[in-house]
Amino acid sequence: MIRINCPYCGERDHSEFSYGGDATINYPSLDASEKDWTEAIFFRKNIKGFQFETWHHSNGCRMWLVVERSTVTHEIKSVKPCHPDLQKVVENNK
Amino acid sequence: MTKFNAWNVIKNGLNGQSYWTRQWRDPEPKSSYDVVIIGGGLHGLATAYYLAKNHNIKNVAVLEKGWIGGGNAGRNTTIVRSNYMMPGNHEFYEHSLKLWENLSHELNYNVMFSQRAHVSLFHSPGAKDSVSRIYNIMRLHGTDAELWDLKTLKKKIPHLNYHNSRFPILGAAVQKRAGNARHDAVAWGYARAADTLGVDILQNCEVTGFTRKNGNIESIQTSRGIIKGKKIGFAVAGNTSVLWQMAELGNLPIESHKLQAFVSEAVKPLLDQVVVYGVGGAHFYISQSDKGSMVFGGDLDWYKSYAQRGNLPMVQDVAEAAMAIFPSLGRIRLLRHWAGVMDMTMDGSFFICKTPISNLYLNAGWNYGGFKASPASGWYFADLIANESPHNYVQNHNLERFEKGINIDERGAGPDPKLHG
Repeated sequence: MIRINCPYCGERDHSEFSYGGDATINYPSLDASEKDWTEAIFFRKNIKGFQFETWHHSNGCRMWLVVERSTVTHEIKSVKPCHPDLQKVVENNK
Repeated sequence: MTKFNAWNVIKNGLNGQSYWTRQWRDPEPKSSYDVVIIGGGLHGLATAYYLAKNHNIKNVAVLEKGWIGGGNAGRNTTIVRSNYMMPGNHEFYEHSLKLWENLSHELNYNVMFSQRAHVSLFHSPGAKDSVSRIYNIMRLHGTDAELWDLKTLKKKIPHLNYHNSRFPILGAAVQKRAGNARHDAVAWGYARAADTLGVDILQNCEVTGFTRKNGNIESIQTSRGIIKGKKIGFAVAGNTSVLWQMAELGNLPIESHKLQAFVSEAVKPLLDQVVVYGVGGAHFYISQSDKGSMVFGGDLDWYKSYAQRGNLPMVQDVAEAAMAIFPSLGRIRLLRHWAGVMDMTMDGSFFICKTPISNLYLNAGWNYGGFKASPASGWYFADLIANESPHNYVQNHNLERFEKGINIDERGAGPDPKLHG
């Protein structure tokens, strides 16, 4: 079991969360080329090691999180709210 | 290599089994080969065999970082079927099933292929319509497919839970020619047959880098020295992205996810078919091995991972599905469970294609379905490497299909790899 330290709720089992995917995708502008959109939607780095990924606390606070986790050992380095403004709020309330 | 036949069995029986030779050689790597296949799983070994057998290309090496059959070849639930509906897929998997039907004779090795029927239960009128459509498409293409009503199903498999009120069993979609096989025997059979034709199988030979020259890959750095290959094929599903980036080729429409499988203690004959609790219900599949163990599995672990070990919530999930459909398993003990790393692709279909490097060929993206596909995968990958152009069946199984908008998405689940189970 992976334990994810939700910044809103505290540390919980990963079974409370839903895995999203790669958190580093930058979607291109609406008028970008088909090639750029294909790359953003379909192609992935598929990192073996630490990666930033999104998780949804679907059976908890229902907030989206960015988790830095190893895809080999499942060790977690950091958990932050997805939205940068919420990251600031969490930081200020510490 | 001593052939397996009645005469040799009798002769060795009378001579203390002393005349058998080893199944395949353990050669030192040569400095160069016509074709180097990276990955000594079922797909790599089958490719080497068909290169030698169908295309007379015998100066071939198969590089395996561990031992053959030690990756996903030994981490599956051994189910063989061809119930696919998308153009390209149904022809491909049907050809694979036909190869399975003659595989033991072809390889002179008993792969214990057992056509015991693949029974997909359905649990709602919508699920029945959906699966009927798929099985009708199969029939139109000459693949065997039938629907069993509840009366037939109860007669064939009386001990399913027919009183499940959440997912009532309404019947089943059945492919009678489908079944299962012994996975180790398939790896060993292909290795032995390929070796007999002159293929070098190089175990404990891990690829660590590539040397490029004029845009091509000139040589491969391995833990057993530098090996040159005129043509190079990747068949390393699970770790495709790692090798792809080692060749500096960027991103792929693949994520690596792990899938667990489970084996129980051996019991007396309990189940004659492969049963799937999957259409409009949960996701669970089960069969009984010849040894008597119940072999079963369920969904992916739901998060990206290269770890070959499973998580416990999924063990519970699979056990719950087992109890929902097969309550008589309640007292049975789990012996082992393990996880394999899958190439989950953006549309759930595989790749047998050329790559941006002109002497590099890709075989990848087998999702849940690598085991049953292995004979045809080897067949068409060898064909691509030998003839430089893809066969009609796999002409769209390439990396360009996403940009062209011709995704081969059996489930219609969209570009989220974990949903294509």
